[in-house]
Amino acid sequence: MSGNSIEVHGLTKRFGAFTAVDDVSFDVRRGAIFGFLGANGAGKSTTIRMLCALLDPTSGTAVVGGHDVRREPDEVKASIGYMSQKFSLYGDLTVEENIAFYGGIYRLAKSRVQAQMPRVLEIAGLRGRERTLARDLAQGWKQRLALGCALLHQPAIVFLDEPTGGVDPVSRRAFWDLINGLSEDGVTVFVTTHYLDEAEYCNDIRLIHAGRIVGGGSPQELKRTTIRHPLLEVECDRVVDALELLQRESWVRETSIFGSYLHVGVEDEAEGRTLLKGRLAAAGITVSRLDLIAPSLEDVFIHKIEEQTKETEHAP
Amino acid sequence: MPREPGGLPFLAGIRPVIRKEFRQIRRDPRSLIFLLCIPAFLLLVYGYALNFDVKHVPLAVCDQDGTQASRDFSGKFAATEYFDLRYRLSDPREVDALLGREAVGIALMIPRGFGADLAAGREAKIQVLVDGAYAMTAAAAAGYVGAIAQSQAMRYTLEVLERRGLKRLELPLAVETRVWYNPELRSARFLVPGLMAFILMVIVVISTAFSVVRERERGTMEQILVSPVRPADLVLGKTVPYVLISLVSAHVVLLLGFLLFGVPIRGSYLLLLLTMTLFLTGGLGQGVLISTVAKTQQVAFMISILTTFLPTFILSGFVFPIRNMPLVIQAVTYLIPARYFLTTMRAVMLKGTGLGAFWKEVLFLAVFAAVTIAVSTMRLKRTGLEEKPRRILRSHRRTGP
Repeated sequence: MSGNSIEVHGLTKRFGAFTAVDDVSFDVRRGAIFGFLGANGAGKSTTIRMLCALLDPTSGTAVVGGHDVRREPDEVKASIGYMSQKFSLYGDLTVEENIAFYGGIYRLAKSRVQAQMPRVLEIAGLRGRERTLARDLAQGWKQRLALGCALLHQPAIVFLDEPTGGVDPVSRRAFWDLINGLSEDGVTVFVTTHYLDEAEYCNDIRLIHAGRIVGGGSPQELKRTTIRHPLLEVECDRVVDALELLQRESWVRETSIFGSYLHVGVEDEAEGRTLLKGRLAAAGITVSRLDLIAPSLEDVFIHKIEEQTKETEHAP
Repeated sequence: MPREPGGLPFLAGIRPVIRKEFRQIRRDPRSLIFLLCIPAFLLLVYGYALNFDVKHVPLAVCDQDGTQASRDFSGKFAATEYFDLRYRLSDPREVDALLGREAVGIALMIPRGFGADLAAGREAKIQVLVDGAYAMTAAAAAGYVGAIAQSQAMRYTLEVLERRGLKRLELPLAVETRVWYNPELRSARFLVPGLMAFILMVIVVISTAFSVVRERERGTMEQILVSPVRPADLVLGKTVPYVLISLVSAHVVLLLGFLLFGVPIRGSYLLLLLTMTLFLTGGLGQGVLISTVAKTQQVAFMISILTTFLPTFILSGFVFPIRNMPLVIQAVTYLIPARYFLTTMRAVMLKGTGLGAFWKEVLFLAVFAAVTIAVSTMRLKRTGLEEKPRRILRSHRRTGP
């Protein structure tokens, strides 16, 4: 096997006339934390399902852990762990019984389940609560238990589909520490998320929009290479009016709202500052803060989507 | 990787699912009580309420003749257990009101001159009014009236002939009807096997459909499908515990049927068990099949009711005899498993017939079970997770020129 855990070429999935995943290709290095980012409905879950051999691709190939998802679905399933955004344990079974059930469906010997039990409880942080019903656990613990169960059979690759959905920030942080630990142990982690701040934890990411990959690389690389013009962060009153005003200016490259402030891409920093202040003051809008900032992943993502949209519009 | 040693390999995937189902059932005693008690409860309700025996029909007699002969004649009706004489009237207009407010189900009208006509050997007329709103009761009651009147007519004929000098006459034809298998023609005996079919089918289909849809709703189905467990393992693993519980439930119904309604098991118990198991397995397959179509528990419930309740009640011969149905409907009944189950159950329980007489029915049940399990397994594999992703949400961001 090459140094890649996952190799995807031209993967496509259509549901009737709707193309959910459109000609997607990428490789995932062994031991990497690979982030698959996109909005809800962008095609993340459909891609994961094809990689987990739950859904047949319409065309293209995917090799996971050395097995083709279409030809050897059972081998693929045996070599991966999977945890989804939905709470996927049995609420009416205890922590211990849930672990035993997953051991059973992965056909592990009882002795092996017993041997793995302390590790899973460790991952889940549930030592001493073996007899608690899963439904009585807080969301963060449930997710960690689900991860523990997904790792019970010691897979070389784990797929985490929005693993931190609905989890508080502290638990999210703890969860990512677990993921880092896995990667250090040589496990390949394929994770989807729509929290862009979480993508910073990944070694390699792909941005997916409307079923197509619009960008990829390490987070640092993406931020460094995607947006080359200066980006100003503007804090002012009447942000929506300010946005509409600035959009019409020729010296403005791009604009976007981040809560109560704006990000404005300009051709030149000094010129941009002067023009922006003057233009907003003329409209009676008060600027309370104006800073040059480094682009975040979110800026990168939006920029990539806009690029893609323009390309599609200009295509004949 | 070490796998579980020993045991049949095909059981390896089923066992954890079975163990899990039993644990879940144990944690939820309400569903267990539902599975065990509802059938018994339904048996009580239906066994006592669903009664087609025509007895004690309230009767009104309007005797305008008022002779010894007319009193004798009407007395014959009141003396049977089929009719309870409630009203003696002299004005025929009162009959209308009594029938109208259902105070009586049947009225016997004896016109003036009845006694005189009889004595003179002329044709004596009577009139019977039946409340046809309850068609089944009405037909049976009218039949009884006819029979009683006929036997009376025969007696009068003999009396007349004797008076004219013919001695010691014998009737030319003696009909002796004996009812086999259910000598008292009691509805309960006829209904209990049907109720078993009805109750087991409804309960089993609903409970399996629910149990699968629930897994899908909670996301656990996805987790199982992504494991090496095959869909067939999952279906069988889920059905086995419910088959066992339903069998227990079926025995409760059998026992109650015997204790309360005197319904016997004349034939082979093993044959009964085989038939029940096949029927239940088919129902479970149907339940899983429904769950692959229904996305929510409500939809699953509605489809289950539509595909079990109505056909089992109406098209199986449970209540309404199939041979009285229009041909098209009769053709449809061949597709209803309850029809075959019912035939077999009645044969085994009431008649004590052996397998030779209804192997075709048993074969159909086996085929139905095999087909539903196979189709539901295939569908589960194919549709387990195929749901259209939601449309892309539009970004709130806008671009400059």
